[in-house]
Amino acid sequence: MDNSTPPITPELVAEYGLKSGEYNSIISLLGRTPTLTELAIFSAMWNEHCSYKSSKKWLRTLPTQAPHIIQGPGENAGVVDIGDGEAIIFKMESHNHPSFIAPYQGAATGVGGILRDIFTMGARPIAVLNMLRFGHPNHPITRHLLADVVRGIGDYGNAFGVPTIGGDTDFDEGYNGNILVNAMAIGYAESNKIFYSKANCANIPIVYLGAKTGRDGIHGASMASAEFTNEKKEHEPNIQIGDPFAGKRLLEACLELMKNNAVIAIQDMGAAGLTCSAVEIGAKSNLGIELNLSAIPCRELSMTAHEIMLSESQERMLMVLRPDKEDEAKAIFKKWELEFVVVGQTIAEQRFIVRYQKKVKANLPIKELSNKAPEYDQLWSLPDLPDAIFTLPPSPDHASALSSLLSSPNMCSRRWIWEQYDYLVMGNTVQPPGGNAAVIKLEGSLKGIAACINVTPRYCKADPLEGGKQAVAEVWRNLTSVGADPLAVTDSLNFGNPERPQIMSEFVQCIKGIGEACRALDFPVVSGNVSLYNETLRKEIPPTPAIGGIGLLPDARISATLALKAETDVILLIGKKGEHLGQSIYLRNIHNQNQGLPPRVNLTLERKNGDFIRHLIRSDLLTAVHDISDGGLIIALAEMAMAGGYGATIALPADIESVPGFLFGEDQARYVVTCKTENLFQIVQKAKAANILLTKLGTVEGTTLNVLDTLTISVAELKKGHEKWFYSYMGENQELPDNLDISQENA
Amino acid sequence: MTCKTAILIFPGTNREREMITAVRNVTMCNPIMIWHTETTLPPVDVIMIPGGFSYGDYLRPGAIAARSPIMQDVAKKSQDGVRVLGICNGFQILTEANLLPGVLMRNATLKFLCRNTYLRVERNDTHFTRGYHQKEIIKIPTANSGGNYFVDPLILTQIEKEGRIIFRYCNADGEIDDDVNLSGSLGNIAGIINKNGNILGMMPHPENSIDPLFGGGDGLILFESMLKA
Repeated sequence: MDNSTPPITPELVAEYGLKSGEYNSIISLLGRTPTLTELAIFSAMWNEHCSYKSSKKWLRTLPTQAPHIIQGPGENAGVVDIGDGEAIIFKMESHNHPSFIAPYQGAATGVGGILRDIFTMGARPIAVLNMLRFGHPNHPITRHLLADVVRGIGDYGNAFGVPTIGGDTDFDEGYNGNILVNAMAIGYAESNKIFYSKANCANIPIVYLGAKTGRDGIHGASMASAEFTNEKKEHEPNIQIGDPFAGKRLLEACLELMKNNAVIAIQDMGAAGLTCSAVEIGAKSNLGIELNLSAIPCRELSMTAHEIMLSESQERMLMVLRPDKEDEAKAIFKKWELEFVVVGQTIAEQRFIVRYQKKVKANLPIKELSNKAPEYDQLWSLPDLPDAIFTLPPSPDHASALSSLLSSPNMCSRRWIWEQYDYLVMGNTVQPPGGNAAVIKLEGSLKGIAACINVTPRYCKADPLEGGKQAVAEVWRNLTSVGADPLAVTDSLNFGNPERPQIMSEFVQCIKGIGEACRALDFPVVSGNVSLYNETLRKEIPPTPAIGGIGLLPDARISATLALKAETDVILLIGKKGEHLGQSIYLRNIHNQNQGLPPRVNLTLERKNGDFIRHLIRSDLLTAVHDISDGGLIIALAEMAMAGGYGATIALPADIESVPGFLFGEDQARYVVTCKTENLFQIVQKAKAANILLTKLGTVEGTTLNVLDTLTISVAELKKGHEKWFYSYMGENQELPDNLDISQENA
Repeated sequence: MTCKTAILIFPGTNREREMITAVRNVTMCNPIMIWHTETTLPPVDVIMIPGGFSYGDYLRPGAIAARSPIMQDVAKKSQDGVRVLGICNGFQILTEANLLPGVLMRNATLKFLCRNTYLRVERNDTHFTRGYHQKEIIKIPTANSGGNYFVDPLILTQIEKEGRIIFRYCNADGEIDDDVNLSGSLGNIAGIINKNGNILGMMPHPENSIDPLFGGGDGLILFESMLKA
């Protein structure tokens, strides 16, 4: 054992992000003081980001099983059976801390990391999405962070050659000190050709694949497990550097290798790099791992053992190789100009042994390293909910409220963002960004996959339980709105410091809500990520449990879009008439108030109404579908009008509670749909038979949006304001030429 | 009678899938995929260079790929009259290889842009465009950050005179104006051919416009024009 390392002082332990109690358990586990390399390995494995020590207890309560789930949480990504021997592999992950410090690289490597998780499992990535949260638009660094994050996501995904098909972006001053960058990737594989990180026997070579190891990203995972102080720049060396060109070659090389049956087990090097990937393989396989760090290809001189073990350099993989396939495998990686080096082997004894320059730098029990991370049952209490009852201030002119909402930072078009992403590459994009959910067709099959990400943090802040439910329900509704059967979700749970009971209670309640909704909607959680400590100087982010969902379209040619299609089509509301304004965007943006409770989520009704919508879409009875969420019915209808370039005239029903409630209420489980007049009767009959609330609102006509006796506004004017905010915010003067929206092509 | 097609693959190429689909849809045959380190092309009628980020756009887009072993044979075969189509990064590679004049600079907006564009077909008497009407307005998406075509004024005058500009960005009415020229290309140039008329380079992606399910079908005509004898 190498004892030449510096003495382990309490300061050093703290610097490595370990608490003194945790350090004591290490000593009792080993029966001796760890070496510096060992301390580094423990800090990498036992930090919050890698060990889920504060969240584990609650994550276990989420539903993760269903007949169509092949693999739930615990592997690189979740695997869902879509029939015919085909599977979809997907996961979402956060890259918040790095993206705040170095937005371009942080966002780029966030995308790169999640893509590696997908192709590690043998799946070709077919789409990526993202969930972004920025501070107030007027905060001095928001513009810079936004520009660089979007460019980082685009540069990685565009060069990698995977379409970025959707996302969810918003601004709120609660993110001034901690932005959120979550990336979700979806892959496709044949269900019997999925690769896992479990090896089966000892004395098999372990191979290092991909790019060289540098000093970038050291302590990245520990950084992501702590709150920020004022000194953010000190974390710059913790940032990883992305290289989509290497990532793309690594993808092609890995998939080629996997075709040749050369791979026994494979794990990408993500958070905590070599340490985490080697320990995972060993612990899952009930085997030990021996690594010789002298063999690791380094791109910097004189790297120490603990630097190599902690480096989070990108575009790297660790693989357990079938020994007889070594020459073939080497040739593939040579062709793609990537490193291929045998760096160790599996061993029978369940130890993690690291050698460097002929010295043993670490000799640790591998199981304990992986499974015996401390687990905390952090204090939490039931949150105080806001009063349900509040007085609505007098309403301003409804037309100006509508146009102000649609041109606000929160509700305006995100075209500025998504046009910087290649959403067409691979040639399968049926519904590009800008709709309810994106849809891509699977190659060589009629099937389509729908995907979206949603969360409403202002609901989660006011009532975390309902907020958690609502995030799942909205995803389910969006997938339903394009005609897909919702299949499964991935979650990225972004919260503040869990050691504070108030934050922990937000976390616990949100998880309970998510679990309840996922159970009620048969919508299991198959993968995910927890990002805690998103706070700066005790100012925490709003609770943001982002939910990413996928759905299956049996025939990608039959999907619904939100654009109005033709004059004389009838406009219908499915679900109750709106009335709920508590925590609505209307209340917040127009009246500058955060009052009331968020809308209640009735999961039975959600399911009933959604199933009805899906049935109508598949029966080809609807011409346009849009779910109702932020901003209520009138926003939904306005978005449909702007997308289609048609006007609409509706009347206020006689029995509504209030005009603002009807127009802007955010009651859940609702949809605006249109149909041809000749199908109206049939739809009404079906709704009666299924006991579905249906209201005929009006007709698609002209070029203005009219609510009789209430508001009249030109759709073109609305669209102008809606499209303009982002460009003027970014200091660009650009008007969208007419009819170039690809989403309209499928209208 | 349909044409035998080769598609070149460089490290970083990422739009070959759509190109393969386009070739298959038109010819009912699989194209031959050629790795960049090869030195000789098999006997083919058409060579296609797909889009993507060959060599990660390092140095300049297309600069390293243009010096790949296979490109020497592409130059030679093109002199023998084999038709060559370079799309997006393929166009950049063709200019870097001096098979087409000019360069493709960073977009004037300095951003990647993925959007449908209107193109005006300037000539329909070429191998590549004979399925279109003269001055037809077609809708083809672009997806690039480096589509800003530039060439020195003398050569520009010359290629204008020789009718070598095949596609220009235009508005819905076919007018060539600055508002639709988001890349900042000289003369709204979206695609040009060589003097012999057998090498076409273009920035927009006709291979992403071969099926109305995926946004339109105007691009398919280009593949039919060049692949159907």
